[in-house]
This record gives sequence, structure tokens and C-alpha cells, in this order.
Amino acid sequence: MILPGSSFLAVAVVALQAPVELVGADTAWMLMSTALVLLMTPALGFFYGGLVRSKNILNTLMMSVASLGVTGVVWALIGYSLAFSAGNAMIGGLDYAFLRGVGLEGGDWGAYPHLLFMAFQGTFAIITAALISGAVVERMRFGPYLTFIALWTIVVYAPIAHWVWGGGWIGALGALDFAGGTVVHVNAGVAAVVAAVLVGSRKDYGRQALLPHNVTYALLGAGLLWFGWFGFNGGSALAANEIAALAFVNTMLAPAATLVAWMLLDSLRSKKATAVGAATAIVVGLVAITPAAGFVSPLSALAVGAIAAFPSYYIILLRSRSRLDDSLDVFAAHGMGGLVGALLTGVFAQAVWGGTDGLLFGAPQAVLTQAIAILGAGIYSGIATFVLLKLISLVTPLRKAAREEGIGMDVVLHGEEGYARGEGAVLVLADGFFSDSGPNPTVPVGRIDTAKEAV
Amino acid sequence: MKLIVAVVRPEKLGDVLEALFRAEIRGLTVSGVQGHGGEMEQVETYRGVTVKMELHDKVRLEIGVSETFVQNTVEAILSSARTGEVGDGKVFVLPVEKVYRIRSGEQDEEAVTPQDPSLAQMLAQLEGVR
Repeated sequence: MILPGSSFLAVAVVALQAPVELVGADTAWMLMSTALVLLMTPALGFFYGGLVRSKNILNTLMMSVASLGVTGVVWALIGYSLAFSAGNAMIGGLDYAFLRGVGLEGGDWGAYPHLLFMAFQGTFAIITAALISGAVVERMRFGPYLTFIALWTIVVYAPIAHWVWGGGWIGALGALDFAGGTVVHVNAGVAAVVAAVLVGSRKDYGRQALLPHNVTYALLGAGLLWFGWFGFNGGSALAANEIAALAFVNTMLAPAATLVAWMLLDSLRSKKATAVGAATAIVVGLVAITPAAGFVSPLSALAVGAIAAFPSYYIILLRSRSRLDDSLDVFAAHGMGGLVGALLTGVFAQAVWGGTDGLLFGAPQAVLTQAIAILGAGIYSGIATFVLLKLISLVTPLRKAAREEGIGMDVVLHGEEGYARGEGAVLVLADGFFSDSGPNPTVPVGRIDTAKEAV
Repeated sequence: MKLIVAVVRPEKLGDVLEALFRAEIRGLTVSGVQGHGGEMEQVETYRGVTVKMELHDKVRLEIGVSETFVQNTVEAILSSARTGEVGDGKVFVLPVEKVYRIRSGEQDEEAVTPQDPSLAQMLAQLEGVR
């Protein structure tokens, strides 16, 4: 499976190849990995949801959960084909549109069914779109958000995935991206900054303290993200083999090092290791090891994790003092973490550990290749995200009015509260609800104690 | 002395606190309450069950002030808590018989902040100039 001089995941599909025989272990691991990565999106919802104010918890969760639906459908219909069917250096073709020809046979993707590869890649597209939401929480309207992530998956994610993994120009360059440091994290991080600028700051940003309402959710989400990331990185070996084990272990070690470094930085700065900091550190470490997971030694993974803590830590400090309301620091965690991880992949990669040799092992040009890949993906993501959001904003406003922002997105956009007490809730019955067939037609429409009892 | 009790929208609390601090009013108690002031109903749906939220989350502030500060306090709240729509809340001004500061045992005017009315007048003038 390892194609020298190209990305590990490069699976440009060549037609008419002899089908690869299915291997049970590979199939089992990819089934499990796909489920693990899918779990990361609701986990991200909890990570983000804990960091917003309680009046916006449902909307923040829904921005992630809705991606499971919208991006999942878009991916199956068209996204997968644009990313992974045979095309040119810039974009795939329409051979697999509507999943035509995506069957149960093994192939260049590995010794497991093609359809499973489609689903595994779909979980990546889903979480990448959801990542962006962290920059626009607490004010963006839901409809334009859904429109945006649907279009973004087609126009931004699918081409960049094709460039790196589907036989496009970045893979051909020999850039290394094991599980998506560039495709997922640099891409989402840059898109997040553009989205934060175009949607605009929350009305109270920089004026009032906007505090996390439930830090326990943030830690719960970070923990579940870590768990799911074993599938994200381990599964990106596309087989149940030694590379999967390496990526898996590196996924355990790198965030551990980031966590230690982050707690030290926190302690040096304010004499206290913070829980929000720990949750952030876990995510930064996971992001940083993503491009390197199957290419570097375990000790290098520790180094990658520790080094990655520094830029993200200080960018978060700077960002929160700036006018840029990238509300949940998507750029610092994912953009910066992905950038540092992708560059360090070019430093620490080793042929004996499954990569191609990097800077430390006699191939300094690897760092340059990585930088070109980061720049290419980042610039395209920034421009295309800008154009998409501009177009949507010409049709409909991207955000809610200040008054509704004050009330909170949960009530305004979803007609629900995350922590409804139900006191004072009056049941509304549709006309005829209790008509002839009702158990007690004489009961008038009236007040009951709580909404919960009504259910 | 007066006890000023204000019931305001929770989303306006930040603005109200800012206005009170600008007016140099420092001692206050805040609690989350629910109430109904005739505002438009808020309709929510849970698993197909539609409910009207008759009671709305509000925030109640209690502020003990000396006579010279009553007007400033009320004006700060009125100007900062208003959206112009039904449900903005109310301000009540109540007479107070006796106040003790627990830490020092100070009583009445001594026990409510701020203690220096001249400072307040000065600030009010400054505010006017601005």
C-alpha cells in the first residue's frame, strides 16, 4: 500500500484493476474506525457546547450534529466522487456520483469494501465542516450555516481531499499528510477565520465577559474526541497492520505531551493548570499528530505534541485580546495545530517508521514540500470560503439581529432550551387533538404542571 | 435609605451592571427569577409537544442605597435595561427601616455604598459633561 514519494492515503483509482481480495481483519478495523470517527462529531459538539453560554448550548451542538446529516448526504451524493474518483490534478470526476460503482469489492483503498472506504472518508468530511462552526457560534443563523457547510463540502473539502489523497497535485508533490493535518485541520482553521470575519463578532464580544457555561462538557467532549481520534489516525492506515498500531500509539502519546506542556505553560503564566486549557491541549495535540501519525517514531510523536503546545497557546492569548471573534479558537487549535503538525511531519518523518525521510533524517526539502501543501490548501480554503459566504450573504443575512442574539440562539433558532425547567409551560393542543378518539374528550385545553409531564 | 429592587431581562444584565458600575454603585445582590409581565409568549416544541412558556427567565437586582443615590441608580437601570418591548421589567423603590453592615457593625447610611455623596455628585457632573 505504501507508495513511495506520495501520500500514504493516495488512492487515485485506476480503472480496470484486478480487485483486491477482502481481508477480514482490515474490514473489521475499518468498520470500527469509521464508527470511532463518526463519534468525534457529536464529541466536538460537546467540546464546543461547553464553551458557549447556556442559552446557546443546543444551537452549538446542532451545528455539529446537523453536519452528520447535511455533510453525510452531500458526501454520498457528490462529495466522495469529486474527492476520490479519477479526475485531474485539481478535482476528481463524477464516476462515483450518487455512489454509482461504489461496491463491496476491495481495491486501491485497501482489502476491504469500497463502500466502507466511502463511509470512512465521509466521517472526515462531516467533522471538518463541523469544526468551522466554532468560529461562528452564538450568532450565525442556522439555514445559512447549513447551506454553507453543504456547499463548502463540495467546493472546498472535496477538492482539497482530492489534491492530497485522491490523486491530486499535493499528493503527487510527495507531501505527507497521514490523516488530514492539511485536508482537515489547516483547511478548517483557515475557513474558520474567514467565517468569523464575514459573519462578524458577537455583539458583546470585547465588551462583556463571554464565559464557558459548562467546562465539564468541554472536557467530556475532548475526552471523546481523543477516543474517536484513534479511528481517525489508526484507521488512516487503511488496514489492520503495523502502521495502524504506530498511528494509534502516536495518537496516545502526542496529546499526552501537549497536555504536559500546556499545563506547564498555564502554571508559569497564572500558577494554575486550567481545565479549559487541558481540554484545548488535548485537541491541539491530536491535531498536531494527525498528519504525522503513521510516519514518525513514538518519541518524535512526543516531541511533535510538546512543540505544538507553544504556538497554539500564545495565539489563543493574542486572539482573545484582538478584534477577531474566532469564538472557540478554531484557528489556534486546528489551523495552527495542523500547520505545526504538517511542518513537523516534514522534520520528523522516517522511512523506517513508514514515512519518507524528513529534515532530521537527511531530507530537508521535505519541510518545503509540506509548506507548499499547507499554503496551497490554506490559500484555496480562505478564498473559496470567502466567496461562498459572500454569495450566501447576498441572498440572506448570515446572522441574527442583536436583540435575538441577546435572547439566545436556542430559543430563537430552535424553539427549545437546553436546560428547560418547564415551570410555567402551558401545553398547546392542536385543534381536534382530543377529538372523538381521545381518552378524555371533556378535558379542556389548559394548564398543566410541566412540559415534561406533557410528554 | 432605600432598597431598589429591579427585575430585568437576563440578556440585559451585563448592560445594567455596566451602567451601575459607571454610576459608582457597587453593593448589590443578583438572583435569577422567573416571572410574567405580559410579554409575547415564547413557543417551544419538544417531540411534537408544543408548549407556551408563560414564565420567562428574569434577573432581580437588590440594591441598598443612600438617598442621594436613589435617582442615579434608577436612571442607570432604566437607561440600560430598556429594549422598548413588553417584558423589559420593573424597578421598585422601597423604604428601608434599618441597615447593618455585618463586617463592621456600621448602620444605616454608613452601611450602604457608596458612602460619599459628594463623590457621586461629582461623577454625575462628569457624566453630564461627557
